[in-house]
Amino acid sequence: MTTANNLVQGLLLGGLYAMFATGLSLMFGVMRLVNLAHGDFAILAAFLALVIVDGTGLHPLLTLAVAVPAMFVLGYLLQRGLLNFAVGGDGLAAVLVTFGLSIILQNLLLELFSADSRGLDAGAIEDTSLALGRLNVGWFPLLTLVTGAAVLGGLQLLLARTRLGRELRATSDDPQTAQLVGIDHRHAFAVATGLALATVAIAGIFLGTRTTFSPALGPTRLIFAFEAVIIGGLGSLWGTLAGGMVLGVAQTLGAQISPGWGVLTGHLVFLAVLAFRPSGLFGKPVTT
Amino acid sequence: MIGGPPLLDVSGLDAWYGDFQALFDISISVGEGEVVAIIGANGAGKSTLLRTIAGLQPRTAGSLTFDGAALAGVPAHRRVALGISLVPEGRRIFPSLSVEENLLVGAQASRPGAWTVAAVLELFPLLGDKRRRGGSQLSGGEQQALAIGRGLMANPRLLLLDEVSLGLAPIIVRRIYEALPAIRAAGTTVVVVEQDIGQALRAADRVYCMLEGRVALEGVPAELDRDQIATAYFGVRA
Repeated sequence: MTTANNLVQGLLLGGLYAMFATGLSLMFGVMRLVNLAHGDFAILAAFLALVIVDGTGLHPLLTLAVAVPAMFVLGYLLQRGLLNFAVGGDGLAAVLVTFGLSIILQNLLLELFSADSRGLDAGAIEDTSLALGRLNVGWFPLLTLVTGAAVLGGLQLLLARTRLGRELRATSDDPQTAQLVGIDHRHAFAVATGLALATVAIAGIFLGTRTTFSPALGPTRLIFAFEAVIIGGLGSLWGTLAGGMVLGVAQTLGAQISPGWGVLTGHLVFLAVLAFRPSGLFGKPVTT
Repeated sequence: MIGGPPLLDVSGLDAWYGDFQALFDISISVGEGEVVAIIGANGAGKSTLLRTIAGLQPRTAGSLTFDGAALAGVPAHRRVALGISLVPEGRRIFPSLSVEENLLVGAQASRPGAWTVAAVLELFPLLGDKRRRGGSQLSGGEQQALAIGRGLMANPRLLLLDEVSLGLAPIIVRRIYEALPAIRAAGTTVVVVEQDIGQALRAADRVYCMLEGRVALEGVPAELDRDQIATAYFGVRA
């Protein structure tokens, strides 16, 4: 019974990991840019929510209405003002710039908020659960998974069905030819980063509600996001959700064996996927 | 040339391709409604010239004027909005977009005009039953037709066609060129870069021949003889 329960908890946790991973995957997909500060932006959003909650007394989940658009704008401006100069080439420039951003963000948050662990208090929804037979499913983890699936589904629809999505896919395929049809590739890149930070803001606020957070937590979250993307397969949004779930299940089942083994088991599953199926569960076979 | 000021005027243009100079003092002009062919051997600078006009390649000297306005400093995507469409060498179809989406993305610049998805599919019937097909699953001829259609979707005033017949079977090339009168009838001016000299001379009102980055010959096809063209093309007396 414990195993079944942990399996369910792991699947629900996967929703959170998938939300973290989506933006990372989107930015890499559209402009081959690896954003090493991705996790730190999630933590930034959590602190932003904390400031809003402290200032206005708003429910943490309602701060999404402010934090998500704010992070979109931040992402857009960041790409136009900085990251567009680092796109292209061998990708090393982007890695260095985002690594620097990661350090700046962590230290900025440390200056502003100290190293104390903080949390967002969402009230009753955090500790009530839905009884399914002998399983107890927490409302909040369930909401996290539903939100994660909705974010991925919404993004999938946006990319597949809208003019903006077409623009992003064309730019991803071939930025130079995209200019020849009238797309401003720098704008398309900036929209992609805006969307990425908007999705990671949701992830960060759900994380901050689920558990405590502190300024230095970003890189750990980045690793989980990477693992979810790689397990699921690059370029597949539903694969990312599956990858998040595989990682979540591996971590909870590992922790059942011994509490210290949770994260390690996740890493081992990730390494196994890299070794035996490097294109991921749902990715296209690697050709280059 | 048809009367009135030229639609496109290139004068004294220099451009570099990486570390070597690809264009030397190029001056050409194209009148509204004309079909102009640019011929020349591999490496003569034909593609570089088109890419420079489209804004993908920087110029280092000279001027580019479109409809009386200087193009200096106008980025490639804005030139599409002004009415310049380049159909690039190698087609460069977006592989993750379907045939129909490749056409729709061509209309990104939102210029008004006669070209719609339906009009393009009527122009190139070989695409008709493939509109849901992925862009990467087409034959070379279909890709070329789609690339031209994508260029037309912007309703350009000036359509630049780079290496249209490269790598295509003669029958397909003929079918592609059969579309030219309809494109012209819609009021579009066409500049075509072509290695097939016979094809270029049949299709064009005027021809420029480039040699090693310079314009070696200019004229009306009927008035040019084979020796002149051979000299301008190869740089030696035939």
